[in-house]
Amino acid sequence: MNLKYASIAALLAAAVASPVAVAQKKYDPGANDKVIKIGNINPYSGPASAYGTIGKTITAYWKMINDQGGVNGRKIEFVSYDDGYSPPKTVEMARRLVEQDQVLLIFQPLGTPPNSAIHKYMNAKKVPHLFVATGATKWNDAQRFPWTMGWQPNYQTEGRIYAEHILKNNPKAKIGVLYQNDDYGKDYLKGFKDGLGGKVSMIVSEVSYEVTDPTVDSQIVQLQASGADTFFNITTPKFAAQAIRKAYDTGWKPTHYVNNVSAQIGSVLKPAGFEKSVGLISTQYLKDPDDEQFTNDPAIKAWREFMRKYYPEGNLHDASNVYGHAVAETMHQVLKQAGDNLTRANIMKQAANLKNFRSELMLPGIRVNTSATDFAPIESEQLIRFDGQRWQRFGSILGK
Amino acid sequence: MEAFLHQVLAGLATGGIYASLALALVMIYQATHLVNFAQGEMAMFATYFAWSLINAGMPYWPAFLLTVVFAFFLGVVIERVIIRPVENSPVLAVVVVFIALLVILNSVTGWIFSYTIKTFPSPFPAEPIFGSYITSHQGGAIGVTLVVLLLLYLFFRFTPLGLAMRAAAQNPESARLVGIRVGWMLALGWGLAAAIGGVAGMMVAPIVFLDPNMMGGVLLYAFAAALVGGIDNPAGAVFGGFLVGVLENVLGAFVIGNELKLAVALVLIIGVLVVKPSGFFGKVLVTRV
Amino acid sequence: MSRRQLILIAIVLLAACVLPFVVSSYRTFQLTMVLVYSIALLGLNMLTGYNGQISLGHGAFYAIGAYSAAILMDQFGWPYWATIPVAAAVCLVAGFLFGLPALRLEGLYLALATFALAVSLPALLKYHHLESWTGGVQGIVILKPEPPFDLPIDADQWLYFFTLAITVLMFWLGWNILRGRMGRAMTAIRDQHIAAEAMGIHTAMVKSMTFGISAMYTGVAGALGAITIQFVAPDSFNIFVSIVFLVGIVIGGLASISGAIYGALFIQFVPNIADAISKAAPWAIFGIFLLGFVYLMPMGVAGAVRMAVARLTRKAQNQSKS
Repeated sequence: MNLKYASIAALLAAAVASPVAVAQKKYDPGANDKVIKIGNINPYSGPASAYGTIGKTITAYWKMINDQGGVNGRKIEFVSYDDGYSPPKTVEMARRLVEQDQVLLIFQPLGTPPNSAIHKYMNAKKVPHLFVATGATKWNDAQRFPWTMGWQPNYQTEGRIYAEHILKNNPKAKIGVLYQNDDYGKDYLKGFKDGLGGKVSMIVSEVSYEVTDPTVDSQIVQLQASGADTFFNITTPKFAAQAIRKAYDTGWKPTHYVNNVSAQIGSVLKPAGFEKSVGLISTQYLKDPDDEQFTNDPAIKAWREFMRKYYPEGNLHDASNVYGHAVAETMHQVLKQAGDNLTRANIMKQAANLKNFRSELMLPGIRVNTSATDFAPIESEQLIRFDGQRWQRFGSILGK
Repeated sequence: MEAFLHQVLAGLATGGIYASLALALVMIYQATHLVNFAQGEMAMFATYFAWSLINAGMPYWPAFLLTVVFAFFLGVVIERVIIRPVENSPVLAVVVVFIALLVILNSVTGWIFSYTIKTFPSPFPAEPIFGSYITSHQGGAIGVTLVVLLLLYLFFRFTPLGLAMRAAAQNPESARLVGIRVGWMLALGWGLAAAIGGVAGMMVAPIVFLDPNMMGGVLLYAFAAALVGGIDNPAGAVFGGFLVGVLENVLGAFVIGNELKLAVALVLIIGVLVVKPSGFFGKVLVTRV
Repeated sequence: MSRRQLILIAIVLLAACVLPFVVSSYRTFQLTMVLVYSIALLGLNMLTGYNGQISLGHGAFYAIGAYSAAILMDQFGWPYWATIPVAAAVCLVAGFLFGLPALRLEGLYLALATFALAVSLPALLKYHHLESWTGGVQGIVILKPEPPFDLPIDADQWLYFFTLAITVLMFWLGWNILRGRMGRAMTAIRDQHIAAEAMGIHTAMVKSMTFGISAMYTGVAGALGAITIQFVAPDSFNIFVSIVFLVGIVIGGLASISGAIYGALFIQFVPNIADAISKAAPWAIFGIFLLGFVYLMPMGVAGAVRMAVARLTRKAQNQSKS
């Protein structure tokens, strides 16, 4: 009898006391005591299917985190859909994630046109549209689109870095540019031209190509014929390799800048030929898994273990898989910071509150910083030069 | 002038790529009177087979031959298993089957081998022996295409089997009446086309790098090349391939810029077809009413 | 049309009107896209199914319609409903003009020509001299239409009904065209080209008109699609769109009006099902679905339905006789 009253009294006491504790936990759709539901849209099919591996790496990352106990005691349910890089499909998948699957936020949707298609929708619905996988500049607009945030250093900034380097080191250069004829290529080109400022006339030849072109040999021949001695190569890996090889084979051998996305040893320089890639200049913010200097780097070794265990069919020579891990780490940090307050507003608040966060897969000195007015998480990069075997970092860390 | 010459030679080199796949398209057309849209993907799949062999340590030429045989059997099997059920369906249903084949091969290859580009070795020397405008491999690939063309011509013109195949495609009922096993002729045609495609793939891969989307862009050019040269004429297809390659390069570099060069090249080709519907070297078909 | 068919259509229409109130906004959005695709497929079916002219390039007309709507709304501030007739007119003319030189081409050659059209259009849309109109690679964002007159429905439902009304109109129009003189001329040309000419049908005119009408339908669909998705970009209109349309009419059923609806349902929902089955190779699963449908139903879903109905009615007749 006494025991029964005692236990009832204890229960009553607990009930009175707990509202204080329960009030700390706040949830929006997609979050509860046990689970946080995160949405993602990736091109697993179609012309950009090469990037589908990023979605798979991120899926593997959350599996690993769940195995380790989850985030603040909650498991991550990662829902990823294929949009085939087609904006109408992206719209459909975003609506499905938000309206049907009721996810808390959408993380890392890939591509500028796909993200442009859902940009307004995500902000109208007030769902966090976080760490989008594109380097376009428009994701850093905290005023008009407070629910959208990019992650990687944006393409225009990178273009400007190369322009400044040329102005400083070779002010009489004659520049030839090869660019992919889409948002990606044009964004880089804009930043490059902005960086040249009044000296835009240094560009003597501007040549484009389509992703459906089998080769860019004709374009390289055009650039060589224009008399350019400096070459800004804005391509994706397959075409970068072709361009690097052809520029060497035709005897052109210009001062050669290649954009970050294609500055990968495994998927670009090796196929092109190491001896043909000597002297290549680029920028980088992540560690290249095929760069010898990182063979024994603890973070890269841990990454390889992660790949072997959680994504064994993934390619260990594809730097996209390093990218996927690093951006997932950033999302993980935001969730950790949010604690038990898993409202969408708080997620955005924490995303805008990253102070000197680092993934060890980033180059030394690169940090993630955001604030209420700064929605560009990574703004620093390092200039690198290929010496035939590894990417040598030179100069100071540029950007913020 | 030098720039022009350089572009023309580069165009001949890329044209060689289109010509080799166009040959496979002509082959399949001569055997079945259908254009197989999945021909490029079959060629790509065969090339990945070759890559796996070479990656496992097999030397180049044995892997090459084994791949040609594998591609042949792949073609035969596809015809017997996948195409046979729709033999008597409307033409467009067969086209949908081709499309299904295309997406299945592309998707499965990407899944098995991933999308990172791979290097594929060339049997030709690395030093440019034709000057710096065209690599030895590109020159060698053109040579291989011409050899395949010659073999095809000899096969169709001078062997009874070639004659039987052409008969089976043109008039299946009459062919059956004279004792030709039409079903097996079709399978043979598919096998040969797949084998030619495999050779094309192995010649193309060292130039453009091996990845599942390698043949996607090439297919349209090869299709245009085959038609402009005369869909039933292998030599015409090769000519068409070179023409398309050079045209595309010259238009892009000197006339219209790279953004619209494909559109303009195609418009010109269609213009040719409107004037000469059988292409440059095709036979003008006279049908009985 | 028989009384039974009329009742069936009435039931379907009734169900279509009720649906947006019983399913979620997301599903309503998907169903609106099904309606959009069915208009596009009816257009293509007229050309390829009824008139025998193969087109691998209808994605181009879909894009022209979409961009017409987008440019009018974005650059000139036109209201969304006014863009539909303009998109129709533009594509009617474009299709007719394309149909003229295409008269000389048949079969494979026409396929190549239409293929070329589909491939060239995105290049044109990205062309930097036209960028100020088309928005270039960045595309154009469109505002979502609001329900008028303060009706007590949300924007998705309003858009659905708007699209439904246009779909009904287009289908009714198409049905009239196809069962009238024009339709008979079209199928006559498809089946016996020379005999048709000998009978006095002006084949050149009919074929070009068919191209124009077919393009008009697909253009209207494009405009509606653009308004529903609220975004157009060159990447939305690559060669795959044309190929998927062709797949849609074959799966749905060639030379069949109901086939357009079956085909639209297929191309909207089967890729999602394929994605659910396999993340590793989703299009391989889609390809397998294609093979399955073509093997089991070579005359398309509409053909299979027709056969099933015929078999059932025959059974009923036999039973009533005995």
